[in-house]
Amino acid sequence: MSVSDGRQGQEEFQKWYQARFNQVKPKPPILKNVFWAFVVGGLICTLGQVIQTYFISLGLSQKEAAGPTSAVLIFLAALFTGLGVYDELGRKAGAGSIVPITGFANSIVAPAMEYKREGYVFGVGAKMFVIAGPVIVYGLVTAVLIGLAYWSFR
Amino acid sequence: MNKKSGNQTIAYADPPVLAAAATIAGPMEGEGLLNGQFDRVLEDNLAGQDTWEKSESYMLEWAVRTAVSRTGGTLDDIDCILAGDLLNQLMSAHFAARSLGRPFLGLYGACSTMAESMLLGAALIDGGFASRVAAAVSSHHDAAERQYRYPTELGVQRPPLAQWTVTGSGAVVLAREGQGPRLTVATIGKVVDAGLKDPNAMGPAMTPAAADTLWHHLQDTGRQPNYYDIILTGDLGQVGKTLLIQLMQEKGIDIAANYEDCGLMIYREDQDPHAGASGCASSALVMCGHAFPLLVTGRLKRVLLIGTGSLHSPTSYQQKESIPAIAHAVAIEA
Amino acid sequence: MQAYIMAFVIGGLICVIGQLLMDLTPLTPAHVLVLFVVLGGIMSGLGLYQPLVEMGGAGATVPLPGFGHALVSGTIEEINKSGFTGVFSGGLKASAFGVTAAVVFGLLAAVAFNPRG
Repeated sequence: MSVSDGRQGQEEFQKWYQARFNQVKPKPPILKNVFWAFVVGGLICTLGQVIQTYFISLGLSQKEAAGPTSAVLIFLAALFTGLGVYDELGRKAGAGSIVPITGFANSIVAPAMEYKREGYVFGVGAKMFVIAGPVIVYGLVTAVLIGLAYWSFR
Repeated sequence: MNKKSGNQTIAYADPPVLAAAATIAGPMEGEGLLNGQFDRVLEDNLAGQDTWEKSESYMLEWAVRTAVSRTGGTLDDIDCILAGDLLNQLMSAHFAARSLGRPFLGLYGACSTMAESMLLGAALIDGGFASRVAAAVSSHHDAAERQYRYPTELGVQRPPLAQWTVTGSGAVVLAREGQGPRLTVATIGKVVDAGLKDPNAMGPAMTPAAADTLWHHLQDTGRQPNYYDIILTGDLGQVGKTLLIQLMQEKGIDIAANYEDCGLMIYREDQDPHAGASGCASSALVMCGHAFPLLVTGRLKRVLLIGTGSLHSPTSYQQKESIPAIAHAVAIEA
Repeated sequence: MQAYIMAFVIGGLICVIGQLLMDLTPLTPAHVLVLFVVLGGIMSGLGLYQPLVEMGGAGATVPLPGFGHALVSGTIEEINKSGFTGVFSGGLKASAFGVTAAVVFGLLAAVAFNPRG
């Protein structure tokens, strides 16, 4: 064991310690987290619905309205990230502000701002995709694979 | 003359004096439990600099200069500066040393660096290689966040195990001669890997290293825990503290009565630090800002500081390695 | 009014799934985002996501699985229109508005603001 007296081997100790750690490890307040994720996530989507309804009222189809709707939400998320509010929201709302498209925008704006000090090319330009990059990569690959399957079997 | 005692312990023959200390802390730390015990509290985390990193470096430089000026001497009297921080390539310490212009040894022991630098500084003095050294460390919440975790404005939720990196710096001047508490004994720690992989579980990952060092310290010196007024660990946090008491209990050693973790002495509960404070400055602020004045006035006689360091990196974590840890102990006696 | 309530409930529930994944598994927020886009894409390919959109409106399109749905449904639509080339052009075409907005507003915000820590 760590307090090494040769009684236990390293692996045994690690196994024993992991079990001991699990006993005292604090659990996240799941009910509270889920409540705030539901409320904040729901409200962001409701705001999306309000914006979408407005664009539809301007004569756009539901499909055409999707792009401008996400653009407005992304703009708002970028603004509130810049003002230093979005990270405070995220601390409370968790997935409620991460999972909506506004969270995706936050994941682009936050590193872009943070790494401005390393310049506009290797800082802002490169780091802004540190989280959004994987999302776009695996989203597109999924779309291409499903597209290939659809094209082959249609 | 052999100054080694037992397996891992140094018993300084001519124990160096802690001649002076200085602290500087961020605004959140300034409002915490040690409110009023720091020499200077910053108004914001940037300290008038344009990056978090330069702000951290500024704090380290300020702490060293202030501690040195308190000895009544100047930087020229300092034979060597031993300092470290958490940033890649010790950015804060190196950039501070650039302005300080004295012989410099950079140390990386993660959050254990305060104890490490004091231990080595005392060895330089007791070995006759220096008569005055400065030991200093710094950490910065935002600089550490962007390097180890996420950009500061990313809206992520901190798990209950997470600890809050302290913004601040502490420095102490060790001298061959003078009045003050003395660094009498030090125990050099081994790297111990508890096998935990969750980078949020740094405190629990460091606990077996702290237990190992404490146990060897007691073995090597023949002391009991109650020899000390207080035993301090650097930044094990709430969960690590509980685990350390348990681990020691299993060895038949009861430390519950006079043991505290520096990570639990910095923030108030309502500042939402989750499991406690962490970072090099956690033990440095408590040691230099809180314990040192008490040792000087004699309200504390014997303090054992066990600096605890989690030696993982963003690379090792992404490569799914477990977290190695280290702990060094220094005994300071008035 | 009905549409707003449905958007709230469906959107909220998708976020709850994300929260449970983060709290109960070792997945990080970045992993959850990637997983949700892929899952949304797969559900879309199986024809399961469109009904959710019809039911929840923005509640289904605003969360990240909606992004996966946009990529896949755009790809399929483009294949129907122009054949094989659609496999490669459909996804980005359908999501161009959002992706471009995110990049442009991201850059603008980085220029205009400094992180407060």
